[in-house]
Amino acid sequence: MGCASVDTGSTRSRQFLKVNEILQRFNRDSRRLIAILQAVQDAYRYLPQPVLNYLATSLGIPRARVYGVATFYAHFSLEPKGKYIIRICDGTACHVNHSQALLDLVSEKLGIDQEKPTSDDLLFTVERVSCIGACGLAPVAVVNDLVYGQLAPAKLGEVLDELIRVEKGI
Amino acid sequence: MVNLETIAREVNARLARPAYRILVCDGTGCVASGSRPVHRRLLEATQGLDGLAEVSLASGDLCRPLLSRTGCHGLCQLGPLVVIPGDGNGREEIFYCRVSPEDVSEIIESTLAEGKPVERLLYRDPNTGATYRSSGTIPFYAHQTRLALVDCGHAEPESIEEYVARGGYASLRRVVTQMKPVEVCEELVASGLRGRGGAGFPTGRKWLAAHRANGSPKYLVCNGDEGDPGAFMDRSLMEGDPHRVLEGAVIAAYASGATYGYFYIRTEYPLALSRMRKAIEDARCLGILGESVFGSEFAFDCEVMEGAGAFVCGEETALLASIEGERGMPRPKPPFPAEKGLYGCPTVVNNVETLATVRWVIERGAAAFRHYGTPLSPGTKTFALTGRVRHTGLIEVPLGTTLRQIVFEIGGGVPEGRRFKAAQIGGPSGGCLGVQHLDMPLDFETLGQVGAMVGSGGIVILDDTTCIVEVSRFFMEFTQHESCGKCVLCREGTRQMLWILRDIVEGRAQPGDLELLEETARAVKVASLCGLGKSAPNPVLSTLAIFRSEYLAHTERLYCPAGVCPALKTFAIDPDLCKGCTLCLQKCPVGAITGERRTVHRIDVARCTKCGVCEAVCRFKAIAAR
Repeated sequence: MGCASVDTGSTRSRQFLKVNEILQRFNRDSRRLIAILQAVQDAYRYLPQPVLNYLATSLGIPRARVYGVATFYAHFSLEPKGKYIIRICDGTACHVNHSQALLDLVSEKLGIDQEKPTSDDLLFTVERVSCIGACGLAPVAVVNDLVYGQLAPAKLGEVLDELIRVEKGI
Repeated sequence: MVNLETIAREVNARLARPAYRILVCDGTGCVASGSRPVHRRLLEATQGLDGLAEVSLASGDLCRPLLSRTGCHGLCQLGPLVVIPGDGNGREEIFYCRVSPEDVSEIIESTLAEGKPVERLLYRDPNTGATYRSSGTIPFYAHQTRLALVDCGHAEPESIEEYVARGGYASLRRVVTQMKPVEVCEELVASGLRGRGGAGFPTGRKWLAAHRANGSPKYLVCNGDEGDPGAFMDRSLMEGDPHRVLEGAVIAAYASGATYGYFYIRTEYPLALSRMRKAIEDARCLGILGESVFGSEFAFDCEVMEGAGAFVCGEETALLASIEGERGMPRPKPPFPAEKGLYGCPTVVNNVETLATVRWVIERGAAAFRHYGTPLSPGTKTFALTGRVRHTGLIEVPLGTTLRQIVFEIGGGVPEGRRFKAAQIGGPSGGCLGVQHLDMPLDFETLGQVGAMVGSGGIVILDDTTCIVEVSRFFMEFTQHESCGKCVLCREGTRQMLWILRDIVEGRAQPGDLELLEETARAVKVASLCGLGKSAPNPVLSTLAIFRSEYLAHTERLYCPAGVCPALKTFAIDPDLCKGCTLCLQKCPVGAITGERRTVHRIDVARCTKCGVCEAVCRFKAIAAR
């Protein structure tokens, strides 16, 4: 996975090369802060603290505003996220069709839940999300961009097993 | 300048050539059920390049089917859907459900080569067992009136050419070249079209207010932040007919004087995001957007902004704050966005479905639109029908249609012999309708009178296995979590209501809890800053009005009539079935079960923690929760 990393000890100019590219793309316009944070999160899979500070300085806005926005929206994460993000839909239709069983399965299989959403090997993150709009197929889970509908826990187990197999190269 | 007629002629010539057209649904629902592999197999089987390929027919002729991917048909539950439209010369449409890649060769051999439908893939009515060949006759569709969704599922959403060939952008051209902005607003006022996003404000009046407001530039914002759990009409429209939404937006911009627009779309809708982006790009390439729309002096351009996951951003002032790069927090109204909106400039904020309806109104006129619906709520509305009903999916019906028609005629009734109990309409801001409301017309006024609302249009059907108090708790947990925290009443009030509801479902209710819940709900409803807080108590208040006895059963008798709330279950051993095997006695973690081998055991209710282990281990099904 070609994911950028932040080494707090290295020199600024090299360290924030990627961030500078993103800032350039959005003309250093602080009104585009949300789009900038989305681009940063795409690149790093989360919002590293040094990057947030750097953004505030570069955009000429208070750090409080950057943190305020970064912590307000559910999509942003200040902790590293896993390579595979498992989103379990907990909208009304999924809720009444036992989406909790899917969360339980993920917790049992991967040891991750709402409290500790990311596995130690940074492979998996689990999120309980509000409606993703596929209510006709409840219960639904989304693994990265693939939507799985009418999903029984056993089927989700197979999907996860396959991902683990691919990753461990077995 | 773009010539719509030339484009339409070319597309129609291209569509007239193939003997068959095969439409594979490519909406989020069908993709999740596996429509992409079906499409791939169809491509391979017809050895297609550009979707055009040749299949030899039995007669020795060559058939050239045209393969297209379409938007959502609404019947997501039965996907992947494959439709072979009629040819207009007497050959009927064929509508296939639950198609798998393995079915592809049979479809080609029997339907395309011999003109015979594959019986087992046709729709079968779960009540009568009758099979239906075309979608128009299936009860789910036969009782609908599709104005906004008319082309959803019947055309390629990613082809601007096909949209034009189906009459698209002609209304926009007529508006900018032949009508004054005020005339457009007046036409909308006359149509009585009301905002489809929840509040139901008259669209024409909103445009007029922005048109008359001082300030420049003016903005148009399309609200695609559809966050209500159980609502997916905006997603389907943006995925299935993005140009219809865009055309409505440009007409709205012309009428209100806006020169720049934003489509604010949830990040949870990747397909809607990419299709809207492509639609805007294609329209710009054809010169429909830009410095001079259809050669007029009207200039308009727009972009897509991806949301970042905050339900409150569906509220218009919070949404505008989010576009400005701030936390999505609402601000007091007035001033309304039409006067002071984005960056302090006049801004029209319209819902996706509202904009998708605009083309129809302009095309056919206000009077024709008023032909549908009720005098105060004209036109049609899309609803997302989900929950405990046979056919879940996206439907469009005239406003004023009764709940009975929706649940029983379109939805096919409640499955598994269960009984209809309630319909939750309008999501976390709406309310519940009970059996006594089945024949009530669904429109803005009537729903408001019983404490519910049309909202964005999610209808979740609940049967007698659903606990109303638990559902109220579920919605309160949602609004409490999504409350932005700016105003005290919403922030603290939703929290207090959630705690009381939790106490009730977990068997810790105190005397006076229901009164306190009601009082808090009224206060939050009156004094919250924005629509989220003002409507958050609706699920509680409407269910308290209709299902008070169910709440009382929870608080006074510690009993859940639906048998859902685990803490209120009582486990008991049926003496006729118990064999005295001692297995439950050994497994009970708290030693609440007593009894000797081969004698009937009993459960000490005071000690029992209701963990359910005994029920699970009993081999004779002698233990049950009541």
